[in-house]
Amino acid sequence: MTDTNNSLVQIRDLYKRFSISGDFLDQIKFRGGKLVREQEHVHAINGVSLDVIQGEALCVVGESGCGKSTVARTVMGLLKPSAGEVSYRGERIDNLDDKALLPYRKKMQMIFQNPYASLNPRMTIMETLREPVQFHNPSLSAVELRDKIHEVMHSVGVDPSWGERYPHEFSGGQRQRISIARALAVDPEFIVADEPISALDVSIQAQVLNLMMDAQESRNLTYLFITHDLAVVEHFGTRVAVMYLGTLCELASTKNLFAEPRHPYTRALLSAIPRLEDDRPDFIRLQGEVPTPVNLPSGCVFHGRCPHANERCKQEIPALIPLADGSQVACHGVEEGRI
Amino acid sequence: MSDTSFQMDPQPSAWQRFKDSHFFHSFKIDRVAQLSFLIFITYVILALGAPLLSPYDPYDLSQVDILDSEIPPSWEEEGDERFYLGTDAQGRDMLSTILYGTRVSLTIGICAVLLQAFLGIVIGLTAGYVGGRVDSLLMRFADIQLSFSTMMVAIIVLAVFQATFGTELYQDLAMIMLILVIGIAEWPQYARTIRASVLAEKKKEYVDAARVMGFGRLRIMFRHILPNTLSPILVISTVQVANAIISEASLSFLGLGMPVSQPSLGSLISSGFEYIFSGSWWITVIPGVVLVVLVLVMNLLGDWMRDVLNPKLYKG
Amino acid sequence: MALLEVKDLEVCFGLRSGAVKALREINFSLERGERLGIVGESGAGKSVLGFSILNLISRPGYISKGAVNFEGQNLADLKPHQLREIRGNRISMIFQDPMMTLNPVLTIGQQMVECLLAHRKMRESDARKIALQKLQQVQIPSPETRLDQYPHELSGGMRQRIVIAIGLLLDPDVIIADEPTTALDVTIQAEIMDLMLNLCEQNNVALILITHDLGVVSEVTQNMMVMYAGRVIERGPTKEIINDPQHPYTQGLMNALPQMAQAGQKLNQIKGAMPPLQRIPTGCAFNPRCEYVMEICRHNLPDSTVSGNCRVACHMVAEMKREQAMGDEV
Repeated sequence: MTDTNNSLVQIRDLYKRFSISGDFLDQIKFRGGKLVREQEHVHAINGVSLDVIQGEALCVVGESGCGKSTVARTVMGLLKPSAGEVSYRGERIDNLDDKALLPYRKKMQMIFQNPYASLNPRMTIMETLREPVQFHNPSLSAVELRDKIHEVMHSVGVDPSWGERYPHEFSGGQRQRISIARALAVDPEFIVADEPISALDVSIQAQVLNLMMDAQESRNLTYLFITHDLAVVEHFGTRVAVMYLGTLCELASTKNLFAEPRHPYTRALLSAIPRLEDDRPDFIRLQGEVPTPVNLPSGCVFHGRCPHANERCKQEIPALIPLADGSQVACHGVEEGRI
Repeated sequence: MSDTSFQMDPQPSAWQRFKDSHFFHSFKIDRVAQLSFLIFITYVILALGAPLLSPYDPYDLSQVDILDSEIPPSWEEEGDERFYLGTDAQGRDMLSTILYGTRVSLTIGICAVLLQAFLGIVIGLTAGYVGGRVDSLLMRFADIQLSFSTMMVAIIVLAVFQATFGTELYQDLAMIMLILVIGIAEWPQYARTIRASVLAEKKKEYVDAARVMGFGRLRIMFRHILPNTLSPILVISTVQVANAIISEASLSFLGLGMPVSQPSLGSLISSGFEYIFSGSWWITVIPGVVLVVLVLVMNLLGDWMRDVLNPKLYKG
Repeated sequence: MALLEVKDLEVCFGLRSGAVKALREINFSLERGERLGIVGESGAGKSVLGFSILNLISRPGYISKGAVNFEGQNLADLKPHQLREIRGNRISMIFQDPMMTLNPVLTIGQQMVECLLAHRKMRESDARKIALQKLQQVQIPSPETRLDQYPHELSGGMRQRIVIAIGLLLDPDVIIADEPTTALDVTIQAEIMDLMLNLCEQNNVALILITHDLGVVSEVTQNMMVMYAGRVIERGPTKEIINDPQHPYTQGLMNALPQMAQAGQKLNQIKGAMPPLQRIPTGCAFNPRCEYVMEICRHNLPDSTVSGNCRVACHMVAEMKREQAMGDEV
């Protein structure tokens, strides 16, 4: 386990279920002559434990539907976990009400995926940036407020003279800068970024990534970075958490993960990245498709597609096991030395 | 790291921005919209300026002479030059009465819609944003309200009121009663539309961003979401004003609306109806045409606005 | 004679503010069985190009100049029914969103059979057999049951396979795939690209792959074109361009990839963003963002220069070539 003393955010045994059965009346079914209440759930997160260490960029990767965005939203308090805890500097925050959360809102901020939806279309850039600063620092004078906003606009490369414009006048990359500026405006120490560059073009992606790295350096930020793009992870992440179907398969430092992926799913994922070089290893073809998170497979969630699965994998849920180099892997095969 | 190669046009003024907007452009190329807007504005000016524009004051009984009753419009053979559009059964100048009547009808229409909009926005916004049980409760309430037709509710309420408190009091309070009844009977239209667009807006990330900032519910609802639902509100408002005017006219025609002493377009039509077979067509037909044109123009404007502002959100 | 030849194609969009050129001076040809990648960022005009090849561009867009010749025949001269014969039958198209192609209220089988019967005279039972065979080709598990399923019952990867099967249904000569895997996860993307590559090779089908992903292009295609602001700025064999890009934009695009930078170091970014079509600068469209910009770049549109096996539209490359030629003479 990582040393809990320097961890900023702790996620312990997090579960999140969403009901997909509609409201109460829709759940009542007629079965075998009796009225019964039936509820179906999507199991988005199933027992995830993670520590985000101060100053790092922890990347969470996985394919769509693996629960990575749900983790981000639960950490930010946008969703209430079904079970488990989220703590910030040792204080539990997932059960706080809006008022009690307020001091944490200043410290934890979020950057969203879609720059076209994350800015209020009816507010000018200035209004968008001014509101949070004013809200969290009601004592600031108008001049201090303006200086603060101009400073943060400068730091993300947005000209303060554009402040009176509306979001639709900007390109995707510019909007994402503004979105980052809004998060930085309240001087947070922890930022959750939910696929912040996946909606952008390649040349713009590089700009935004650089901006985020600059901000990390100058403001001493800690990131929880959600993405599906492994190439970005390799460049940006300090550590990587690979998720599959709501569970954590592997957690390792970026260098270790890319040099020596342990979990069969991580291996398949890495082998599937399109490469520019010719000497790419053949990609590992997985059997079948990702099962629905409504009825989870028994045992290891990956066993249906895993080339190394055996009886034990079908029955027993693997726990994260620490390895010698500090990585953690949840795989019976790795534990037994088969893989 | 400043990025100055990103070029922008100089900041346009608000007027310039409006002139370049899709809204203004569609207006510029749509003759029907232009004509409708022109006619509507004319109505509004005539209604506002009724006390200045009308040759007589129909509320002032000293100016009315019963001997002048049922004079046809001035272009008819028996017409009188003093009364351009003729007079009604009590001898009031039709032109003045219609101007005043339009004023009453528009006032009732607009006030009733303001009331509807207020109730509908508050309820729709709450239902949409809070969701869950509150949403179900409020929306079932709206369904029940909608299942009674506006006319039926209005007729019952107004008839009971008249029977209980007497015609005297009713005549004094007629306008307020009509506004209340029409306003309360039709709020579900607004509530449903607003709720639908709130549900769509709620999913967008800027609302999450506001929540992450720690803003309170009311602030998010009214400052962040409400401005983004204004287009559908604008669209239904035009159509709803027209509907309210029609409702008022129908109620007045049935004798449950504005009293004859303070006529709206509806009660004018109604009062002239008795005389239509005695040849005095103008008492009914002229206010009728005025009413139909007003309602038509508002509906055309509403249709046009719906097409321009949000083709998807509000259909029918 | 090339299978498909695009000559000096220009596509305009009639906007309120006047006509805007979405594509300018597009020239390329495609041989039977060739795989061509078209790369560019959003707004570069690559999808417009895909649509205009089939003359599917709809108002306010129109082809204002140039020709698209398929087997020597200009598609613009064809009557609507002749054009329909070519669309789907000889050239088929695969879109990013499978639901754009699939009708949600018809079963997969119905759609495939309908498509076959529209172009071929055959019995329905035979059409069904062909449909089944194509589903097997795209390696869909239990193809018989899929025929009677509706699109919403399938996963995204499965739907894209079905769309590919429909694309192959009439044994076309050319497939135009517009971002076929952008909406899919990496592992599924790898499978689908692998599948398309094999199918094209086996059936000798030419492929035009429109994408923003340089990795995918380098793995699948033999030749590639890079587009910027409606023009082709670099064209040539994929290997050569990937290994030695000559246009500063292509270089920038490659260098901006996280793979190209040292972990933890800053990425090499291109400053600025692609201009919108209404505001393309004079001269070379890339000049405000270019590191090597010269005076001439701001005024003159660069012609495409032959450099090795590639053609590059850049003043700097042209100048280097001139100097080289002079040096050779001396």
